[in-house]
Amino acid sequence: MGERLVELEVLRYHPETDKEPRFQRYSVPCREEWVVLDALNHIKEAIDPTLSYRWSCHMAVCGSCGMMINGEPKLACKAFVRNYEGVIRVEPLAHFPIERDLVTVIDDFMAKLKRVKPYLMPKEDKPLSAGEYRQTPAELNRFKQYSMCINCMLCYAACPEYGLIPKYIGPAAIALAHRYNEDSRDGGREQRQQEIAATEGVWECSFVGACSEVCPEHVDPAGAIQQVKIKSTVDWYTQHLMPWLKK
Amino acid sequence: MGQHGLQVEIIRTDIAIIGAGGAGLRAAIALAEADPKLRIALISKVYPMRSHTCAAEGGAAGVIKADDSLEHHFNDTVGGGDWLCDQDAVEYLVREAPKELIQLEHWGCPWNREADGSVAVRPFGGMKKQRTWFAADKSGFHILHTLFQTSLQFASIQRFDEFYATELLVEEGRCAGLVAIEMRSGQMRRFDAKAVIIAGGGAGRMFPFTTNGAIKTGDGMALAYRAGVPLKDMEFVQYHPTGLPSTGTLLTEACRGEGGVLLNRHGRRFLQDYGMGPETPLGHPVLKTMELGPRDRVSQAFWHEQKKGNAVSTQWGDAMLLDMRHLGEKTINERLPLVRDMSISYMGVDPVTDPVPVRPVVHYMMGGIHTDIKAATSLPGLFAAGECACVSINGANRLGSNSLTELLVFGRRAGLSAMEYLQSGPPPAGDAALATLAAAAQARLRELMQRSGGTETVAGVRKEMMQTMEQHAGIYRGGEGLAEACAKLAGLRRRYRAIVLHDKTNVYNTDLLQALELGSMLDCAEAVTQSALARKESRGAHQRIDFTARDDTNYLRHSLAHHHPTQAPRVDYCDVVITTSQPGVRDYSGDHE
Repeated sequence: MGERLVELEVLRYHPETDKEPRFQRYSVPCREEWVVLDALNHIKEAIDPTLSYRWSCHMAVCGSCGMMINGEPKLACKAFVRNYEGVIRVEPLAHFPIERDLVTVIDDFMAKLKRVKPYLMPKEDKPLSAGEYRQTPAELNRFKQYSMCINCMLCYAACPEYGLIPKYIGPAAIALAHRYNEDSRDGGREQRQQEIAATEGVWECSFVGACSEVCPEHVDPAGAIQQVKIKSTVDWYTQHLMPWLKK
Repeated sequence: MGQHGLQVEIIRTDIAIIGAGGAGLRAAIALAEADPKLRIALISKVYPMRSHTCAAEGGAAGVIKADDSLEHHFNDTVGGGDWLCDQDAVEYLVREAPKELIQLEHWGCPWNREADGSVAVRPFGGMKKQRTWFAADKSGFHILHTLFQTSLQFASIQRFDEFYATELLVEEGRCAGLVAIEMRSGQMRRFDAKAVIIAGGGAGRMFPFTTNGAIKTGDGMALAYRAGVPLKDMEFVQYHPTGLPSTGTLLTEACRGEGGVLLNRHGRRFLQDYGMGPETPLGHPVLKTMELGPRDRVSQAFWHEQKKGNAVSTQWGDAMLLDMRHLGEKTINERLPLVRDMSISYMGVDPVTDPVPVRPVVHYMMGGIHTDIKAATSLPGLFAAGECACVSINGANRLGSNSLTELLVFGRRAGLSAMEYLQSGPPPAGDAALATLAAAAQARLRELMQRSGGTETVAGVRKEMMQTMEQHAGIYRGGEGLAEACAKLAGLRRRYRAIVLHDKTNVYNTDLLQALELGSMLDCAEAVTQSALARKESRGAHQRIDFTARDDTNYLRHSLAHHHPTQAPRVDYCDVVITTSQPGVRDYSGDHE
């Protein structure tokens, strides 16, 4: 199979030496089956060892290599070079501070993940000796999709609200909270609501839906956010109009 | 490091864990649950969810169904490992396995379910019963994220993400901490700890064609090895039979567990010609035979087919065909969605309509840091678990779905053992001594950073190492080739000391990181080839063309490679622990019982 010479325009930024980011051009002989990550690895190995970026699994499951490719958030390991014509522009994920080159600072995302309490708070305690909690395939399917998030943060880079209001807790974290809320074994919804139904939570979302469009794992965070909105609204009505229904 | 100050910042903790994948997280949670007052430092060169545990697909073995027994799991594992497993460790593994898998269920892991809501299991290679718990074909991903998310509720687990550990601090014969580079700043940090647990993963990146992610560079193994702990059974490198020829991406063994079959270019299910027949009916896989034989045997069968000219030619070299068409679209989508997605993405082949070309690919290190059954090493205060460790439950060949179980069972065990060690009251290390050690480590790093004038590069030395391993340390090995590999690697280790970095800056310097990772891999690679050269027999995944039979008289023993800073490692041996199962014949034919 043939090789094709592809021009890549890669954002470079080094906080110790650069005042601001700049672009650097590389000509890379790419094979037909290559993804953008392969091209970056070629640059790193054969052209410029100073280029920095994150990657590991090369199979779209570790979530390390999210970046902007021709302006769109993509996993570099799933963005096939053959799908691009002309120069391919590679930049770090939008809406995150640049640490260096294609490496972003993700402290904000990590803090938000933790804030939504993404762990099971069992409805009923059960000792290990009593075996597993029963959960039917249908019950599993209620949340399974939302458990597929690889934390690649493409949805944050795509979300216009997160770009405008950095305090917004954001698509992946809300989807993860929803994942546990929808789990038949869980009883922690009220605790998570304090985070995700607050002003920095779901109500910031203007339902553009970009998060679900860019998600490489089809998690559909936009759908999760809308479901949380509906449930929060029901909560509000229950609380204010039918307080006797409150437990 | 670098231009910044000479003062090394100190982080004081009770227990430091290096590696935040499955084993490291499990250890951290065990410690946090056991004693909330313990200070736990969880140190990893990547964010926890990037750890390679996420790439495990098929599932985790643990006895849960009524027709199964601990004895069956034990026998499958010991036979699968060609009797090189320590049987007391396997007994512990199979006993603890169901508890650990239920524990994960209680933490929310989305295991696949039966209609009645109980946990579902699937068949796997070399297993006599169905006992592999699975979450579609992303089992490792779900285990990792369940553990990571669960760990977030414990305030005592303090994470140090993107810190690369460069050396252990060993004072008065005890492990008293480590030094690590904070990638974000390039600064060195000293972690003073009463005990250290290494959970740093495998080293598959020594080879050019591997399922392993970029981070699998044997750093944890090298840390212990350089601190004087031997690496055990390093000659046993597992080839997984079914990787995509283009990228090495893994197609899980569950493809065959669900009924996929392997064909040569004539369309023949060739495993029947290698002691794994007779042929089983299409769509009705039979446990422990044909396509559900163990990984070593299946990979070796491919090697012979290739020699006979029966392989399928692809632009990426020889391959065989994995045919899953008869499973139908519904089953493939439900049980193997990732497999379908990756086959289409990286090979342009849809398994629903066409057989997928696959070939054996380096997957797993059976060997690793020598530990006892409690995950303790010979260095007081140092513990190890997961792929980086060799406890040993995998022997000469690991059975698919035992490694996820291993990292849970022995991750927890390492945590508890480290706590018991603390309770025994080891005397605290002297501050002055640790400061001296850290300063020396920093000086070594600075020397690497500032070195100039040479022509050796990270990429150049790495490429030669990979080629050497591929050529001489693959599925079949010969004495001559191994000797050549040992000489070559000794030379590469010398040349490594003359490597010059292009990037001499501090912030997120991946040129430096890759240089350090290469140093780890070279040490591990030499341990592999020297141990392989010394083992003059064929057993499990170690097959010698010049010594084709298993030799229990001389080699029913674990190899131990001892590090030397400038010379080849010394290799000696220790006994295998046998409790109930005497070495026998590994029979994967289907025409008995």
